[in-house]
Amino acid sequence: MSEEQIKNLEEQFEARIARDEKIEPKDWMPEKYRQTHIRQISQHAHSEIVGMLPEGNWITRAPSLRRKVALLAKVQDEAGHGLYLYSACETLGISRDELYEQLHSGKAKYSSIFNYPTVTWADIGAIGWLVDGAAIINQVPLCSTSFGPYARAMVRVCKEESFHQRQGYEIMLKLCNGTPEQKEMAQDALNRWWWPSLMMLGPTDDMSVHTEQSMKWKLKRKTNDELRQQFIDQTVPQADILGLTIPDSDLKWNEERQSYDFGEIDWDEFWQVVKGHGPMNNARMKARVGAWERGEWVRDAAMAHAEKQQERKNKQVV
Amino acid sequence: MKNKNLYNYILGIADNSLILGQRLGELCGHGPSLETDIACTNMSLDLLGQVRSYYQYAAKIAEDGRTEDDIAMLRKEREYFNVLLVEQPNTDFGYTMARQFLFDVYHFLMLTELEKSTDLNLSAIAKKSIKEVSYHKRFSSDWIKRLGDGTEESHSRIQTAINDLWTYTDELFHQTEADKVMVAEGVGVDVTKLKDAYYEEVNAILEEATLSVPESKYFQKGGKQGIHTEHMGYLLADLQYMQRTYPNMEW
Amino acid sequence: MSNKKNWPLWEVFVRSKNGLEHRHFGSLHAADAEMALENARDVYTRRNEGVSIWVVESKHITASNPEHNGELFEPAQDKVYRHPTFYDLPDDVKHM
Repeated sequence: MSEEQIKNLEEQFEARIARDEKIEPKDWMPEKYRQTHIRQISQHAHSEIVGMLPEGNWITRAPSLRRKVALLAKVQDEAGHGLYLYSACETLGISRDELYEQLHSGKAKYSSIFNYPTVTWADIGAIGWLVDGAAIINQVPLCSTSFGPYARAMVRVCKEESFHQRQGYEIMLKLCNGTPEQKEMAQDALNRWWWPSLMMLGPTDDMSVHTEQSMKWKLKRKTNDELRQQFIDQTVPQADILGLTIPDSDLKWNEERQSYDFGEIDWDEFWQVVKGHGPMNNARMKARVGAWERGEWVRDAAMAHAEKQQERKNKQVV
Repeated sequence: MKNKNLYNYILGIADNSLILGQRLGELCGHGPSLETDIACTNMSLDLLGQVRSYYQYAAKIAEDGRTEDDIAMLRKEREYFNVLLVEQPNTDFGYTMARQFLFDVYHFLMLTELEKSTDLNLSAIAKKSIKEVSYHKRFSSDWIKRLGDGTEESHSRIQTAINDLWTYTDELFHQTEADKVMVAEGVGVDVTKLKDAYYEEVNAILEEATLSVPESKYFQKGGKQGIHTEHMGYLLADLQYMQRTYPNMEW
Repeated sequence: MSNKKNWPLWEVFVRSKNGLEHRHFGSLHAADAEMALENARDVYTRRNEGVSIWVVESKHITASNPEHNGELFEPAQDKVYRHPTFYDLPDDVKHM
């Protein structure tokens, strides 16, 4: 194809997206669109399955049977969401195994928030409330993103996730209405998860490299800073209901902006964790790689059995 | 307690599901593939759902103000009556599936009888659980066949797991004191009568999986009397952690 | 990484209730058809979404090429006589 032809195709392609048409896997697409989508969808998928680990850490220790089944179901949903997203990514011509390989080798990123440890039960509440809360803000606009398989996966994910944040908030509510020790546990969790949750919405707009292109392709509808502001504005009143204090002395309502002003985010910490030096980066990767390697003989066995069965069937036919 | 035997009888059934559900829960996020992970979590959720129905019923019978969670999480090790089989660790996926399979075959047979119980609560729980357990049995049997027939490595691993866990199968068919009373009242299942059907079914699947039926005639027992293996204490430490560390709180 | 074959991809179709057609729900990996069915049940019907499942290995699906969309689908656009509104009837004619 000549350069001019490609340029022509690209223009038509961008026009389709501008008209809100969906792009499907077999449609022509610019290579950059494909690569960007592989990167973003797989990062999203990786975040789901790495995200299973910090919460999975409390499944065996959940304080009641009701909490245990809710947490199990939630972590299981995350496996499901990872699966939907890997499937969407695979339509772009890359296999799940290759995507795993990228995760395991450290080439692919996942949401940094999961590199923080869950050290008390209240962390499970805080994750549901704050981390899922921030995730929902990010995810809802993706239900109408331009790439069909991603948009469809997100519709399913958003539908299923609706209980996740409520589950977390209910845990916090129960703690805050409990004994002073329980309330302290909730406050402690908020103290530790608040700033990482704000960081989770991504670097500030002036630092963000992908925003403009992503906006055009509807991978993003709002900038990181807009999303962060939205998150803060909706979360502060929820903290008030819990009777908890947001650990930010600069946080205050700005009448003029009709929004909260907030303090400086420690971006050094953010980049340290992104670059692999957060408290749990190492442990999370070891857990993922370990599970994959320990499972290899199982996956091979299933494949070998399937092939033998097929051979037996073929012989019967002959 | 007016009906201590019924209470103990319920715990004998429920504790198996609780401990096995807890073991499966440990694996969530660590399975050999996302799909298997999701499946094992489903089984765990089924079992814990059953547990809640049993304990809620037991709490009613106990009439001492204890809740399902008190019963699930605040007993001493000696007061858990699950069989030794279900508390065995997730040594590898082979052990997990072998444990599941050896229990599922029993569980299905037991529930099929329990559905006929004159106790309507137990009968109703059994009726609902049978469908779940029927699926568990299909799932674990399929995996026994895959691993047995699959590769040399998987064959050897699953055979080792079956051999190691075999010693815990006989206990499934031991009657406790509570069992005897409940059987006489038409409430309980006479597990001794399930033994032949159990081994027949287990052996047939093992054979199909090209595995050999262990010949050992030496069996372990004790779980039903509350005397557990060394693994149990650690499992309970996890299970009871919150309730023990922060007593008398609501979550 | 193992140099042996990985579990192939399967497409999952679910009938959400009797009377409706099977609809494409998504895909998953499984070593064989039984496993694909079991996995589909666990992955796609956890919330009571189905009464029947079909699975088919993705490689067995033949798909039309979007580049041929013009010749495949556009010729149907002007065949308006296939639609009831093409035919003029007086308003007095009911139930037709």
